[in-house]
Amino acid sequence: MFAFCADPSTLDGLPWLACYLTTGKHLDFYWSFVVVLLLLAITAPLALGMGFLGAMASRSPVLPLRVIGRTYTAMVRGVPDIVFFLFFVIALDQGLEWLLHQVVCPDWDQPIRQGTEFRVCPQAKIPASSASAFWYQVDGFLRAVVTFALVFGAFAANVIFGAMQAVPKAQLETAEAYGMSHAQVFSRILVPQMWVFALPGLSNLWVILIKATPLLFLLGVQDIVYWARELGGSKTSAYEYPHPDWRLWYFLGLMVFYLFATYLSEKVLGRLTAKLSRGQATAAGEALRKAGA
Amino acid sequence: MTCWETIGAYAFRSIGYGERLLPRTDFTLCQQFTLIGSGLIWNLYFGVLALAAGFFLANAVALAKASRNPWARKPAEWFIFVFRGSPLFIQFFLAYETFVMLPRAGIDILGITVETDWLTKAWAGALIVLFLNTSAYAGEIFYGALQSIPKGDLEAADAYGITGWKRFIRIQWPTMLRLAWPAYTNEAIFLFHATTLVFFSGFPAFQQRGDALYYANYFADKTFNPFIPYPIVGFFFICLTLGVTLVYNTINTRLNRHLPQNQRARIRLRPQVIR
Repeated sequence: MFAFCADPSTLDGLPWLACYLTTGKHLDFYWSFVVVLLLLAITAPLALGMGFLGAMASRSPVLPLRVIGRTYTAMVRGVPDIVFFLFFVIALDQGLEWLLHQVVCPDWDQPIRQGTEFRVCPQAKIPASSASAFWYQVDGFLRAVVTFALVFGAFAANVIFGAMQAVPKAQLETAEAYGMSHAQVFSRILVPQMWVFALPGLSNLWVILIKATPLLFLLGVQDIVYWARELGGSKTSAYEYPHPDWRLWYFLGLMVFYLFATYLSEKVLGRLTAKLSRGQATAAGEALRKAGA
Repeated sequence: MTCWETIGAYAFRSIGYGERLLPRTDFTLCQQFTLIGSGLIWNLYFGVLALAAGFFLANAVALAKASRNPWARKPAEWFIFVFRGSPLFIQFFLAYETFVMLPRAGIDILGITVETDWLTKAWAGALIVLFLNTSAYAGEIFYGALQSIPKGDLEAADAYGITGWKRFIRIQWPTMLRLAWPAYTNEAIFLFHATTLVFFSGFPAFQQRGDALYYANYFADKTFNPFIPYPIVGFFFICLTLGVTLVYNTINTRLNRHLPQNQRARIRLRPQVIR
């Protein structure tokens, strides 16, 4: 990075630290923070969308749809989310490869599950076995996005379903009395009013989502936990920058990062709640009205 | 090997009794059920002890946070902020790295050598983290409940001349518990779920004695088939969740016994307070 970093063994003190913190691996480490933020930015709207669909399905008058929706919303209540993370990663992998296998090589005659092995034809491998390491990373990241969206979508479905139930029935009945169709009642009355009831749950969910990002590590993505372990481990003099076991300090750094992220989120979401509560027939809205009067 | 023999050999494998070697080939459904169920002992151990001990610290933390004295309030606020604001996963890592750094030979305190080795083991180290973690979450729930005690209740107590400690133990504390209980039930359920993180984060499983998810992961890795072990864990955890709900519901009924039926708080998922 810097010109004086050519021979680190001659350095000590601050220049050494400056060189140490700008090695290629450290830049990868900093980049992994961006990866985490990217995951959050992509996953949050996806999970919200999944949650919306799940909540709509749970309210559907069609029985099979309702069963699917209810099962989806109920699944995160009984079973730890980490089980889904571990499950979906392999299940998605095998499911996609199996589907591709059926399409690409329909005349493959060997069984796919042979004892403890899962064998599809070579063309159906995802990512292709010739792909570069970069594509393996992208593939892992996309799988993480899908897994996070599915699991947190179920949490969001719980929140949104509850919020839809919380909208006063009289509002919906009035809309019906004015001759609105079901779809109109849903999109004009129910959905706009639902958000203020959903917001406390969704805010908490966002914080939970932030706090779940270290699980990326379990999904095999080279995330901040991976790099903290990798960089923090003690380095012998065979390395350019030898140092004892510094994992504790790296993890402290991660902790500060997460504390900062959750603190900032809570501040922003608190403001948003106050803004959305204005003029609403809820306790928070009432408090705002009294404070203003 | 019949299923009964498997159960005999592996039912207590996770705590070091029975057959030492884990099955390596020809995994039967019975083996998977038994071993994963055996691992559940650890989840129960962590969950029950952390909740039982955490309940007391949570009360103390909630009271400290509600206190007017900044010397009590500030530490409680920071404690809650740190443990609620950072991922449990990182807390486990951090705790493990800290415990490993303690001198191997033990620490001398007033001439007595205190062993530190046991802290790096999951049964103690992870339990401490879970205990502090649940105390922070439950502390915040209790604090919230303490703030929402109806003003009339306290005024009534004042009017009858009930003050100080007596007012707290007879009026405030039972009302706080009653108001907090539905949310606290959620906390208990999700704490049990959080116990599955122990063996995936820092704390190594000694002689392959792990929790339910550890064994499920073992089977999934060996058979490369996630569709059997993970649903088994799911099944065990659904049973566990139902059990926890049943116990907490019983307590909830008792806390609400003076109220008319329609005013009792029901236990359901409260997404705004889950961890």
